[in-house]
Amino acid sequence: MEMSEKRINPDDFRRDFPILSVKENGKRLVYLDSAASSQHPVKVLAAMESYYETSHANVHRGVYKLAEDATAMFESARVAAGRFIGAPDPAREIIFTKNATESLNLVSHSWGRKNLSAGDVIVLTEMEHHANLVPWLMLAEEKGLELRYIPVDSEWELDLTNLDALLEGAKLVCVTLASNVLGTLNPVSLIADAAHAKGALVVADGAQFVPHLPCDVTEIGCDFLAYTGHKMLGPTGIGVLWAKASILEAMPPFLGGGEMILDVRVDGFTPNEIPWKFEAGTPPIAEAIGLAAAIEYLQDIGMDRIREHEMKLTRYALGELEGQFGEKITVYGPPDPTKRSGAISFSVQGVHPHDISQVLDEDGVCIRAGHHCAKPLMRKLQTAATARASLYLYNDQDDIDALVGALDKTLKLFSF
Amino acid sequence: MPGLEDLYREIILDHYRSPRNKGELPSPPAVKAEGFNPLCGDEIIVYLIVSSGGVVEDIKISGQGCSISQSSASMMSSSVKGKATSEARDLVKTFKRLMSIHEHEIAATGDSASGIATTSASAAYIHDDEADEEAVDLSKLGDLAALQGVVKFPVRIKCATLSWNTLLQALDEAEAST
Repeated sequence: MEMSEKRINPDDFRRDFPILSVKENGKRLVYLDSAASSQHPVKVLAAMESYYETSHANVHRGVYKLAEDATAMFESARVAAGRFIGAPDPAREIIFTKNATESLNLVSHSWGRKNLSAGDVIVLTEMEHHANLVPWLMLAEEKGLELRYIPVDSEWELDLTNLDALLEGAKLVCVTLASNVLGTLNPVSLIADAAHAKGALVVADGAQFVPHLPCDVTEIGCDFLAYTGHKMLGPTGIGVLWAKASILEAMPPFLGGGEMILDVRVDGFTPNEIPWKFEAGTPPIAEAIGLAAAIEYLQDIGMDRIREHEMKLTRYALGELEGQFGEKITVYGPPDPTKRSGAISFSVQGVHPHDISQVLDEDGVCIRAGHHCAKPLMRKLQTAATARASLYLYNDQDDIDALVGALDKTLKLFSF
Repeated sequence: MPGLEDLYREIILDHYRSPRNKGELPSPPAVKAEGFNPLCGDEIIVYLIVSSGGVVEDIKISGQGCSISQSSASMMSSSVKGKATSEARDLVKTFKRLMSIHEHEIAATGDSASGIATTSASAAYIHDDEADEEAVDLSKLGDLAALQGVVKFPVRIKCATLSWNTLLQALDEAEAST
């Protein structure tokens, strides 16, 4: 009880992240690019190192104790990755992939190829990341599918006015839980209810949501959920796909090879049971163990507290940006911090995002500049690129103040 | 660690604020070539009119991008306008050589970037397939030499060369159609 009342104190957490005490250009590292990739606490690094030093062997193969240990650690990481998102049957419903992009490609290749044919409809949104867009464009080209898009309205939210019409005849709906550009949190449970009423399944992209907010797939009501380890304090090279067991059982395998089979003959094969049916070859074992350590770290703090901290900091950041720069700055995304994540995209009059990022770098402030792998959304915003500062549990008001100070310097350098 | 003053020289900011030859030309008669930098979404469109005598009669630049890509395009347009296409191609080659100089080679000259920009000929050498140890004559580059500092920021080199590569496409097209 005492724990839940404790306020989040980023100074406590900063000490857990070795990289945050590295000086950048002789200055405190102000890392505001966690939506691209987050940093790692000692706990994650130690878990991976310890695994390599004491427990490494290939999983699901050896009969010796070391291999059994490695297998047990790998499979318990799977359960942790499932429980973290409220998976009803985590030992069977979690597939490890390389990243969220591969998770989504797995759905398009396996479920999509089997269940969709010419003329079928997939509904997407205008704010999808390329990861939840290009796999469907590829499948549409291959199969002759129709793609429809839920538009983004002037409040930076999905315009659901014509949702029922868009869903007419749809077999699949692909939607992000949180936009990597706008920060918008989408009403996926509402969309899922409407989609299910029309007989469509729902793929949720959780890459920008799962690291930052409490997540329960049964509450969301989606059929598939993809997320990735390296945006939630875990290592790169580990992604997760969750789907209902009944759906996974009916899906054909994705990649072929060892591990994913029960039997192989010269004239055919019998696929393994789920989830291993979808995990060909030696999986990312240390990365799964690192992800489990990251999940434990996040759970020790509590996702509610992380969310609360990020909302407060987002409110402060939005206030400072608008307050200091007024009309010179355009901040994209909902102004209400309760309706958005801490991914804050903005543009500054007369200064290209690349130049902003370059000048900020001199003050040790790391932000992302570019199209954020969301080109259709950029076209909608009528811009080629934005600057994006994104927050996580280890950021604090000093980071925002450093951002604002460096932005002020940028504006002065480029003043017309 | 290179400083911002190496990158954002006043002349670069001037071309960014007041780009020369900005606009479009009716195509045809102008040829039109588009270049993209997928990293940052920069986009350059070069409109080019080459006379029957092989002279760049007119050039306009449109598109959008960062200060480096836009100022480089502006300087490029000023420097090739009125020149023979062969001279324009030489200038592309020289400029791209300038952009392939490695940082340690600049340092080895014992001169600051601003020094190099105002010193001619002898200062800078490069290792390039096309031009072994051939000197880049900075005096021929005029304002363009100010872009020298970009090589210290490797991520930005593509910004600086975007318009030049697009110019090459436009020259190819113009010459193919005559």
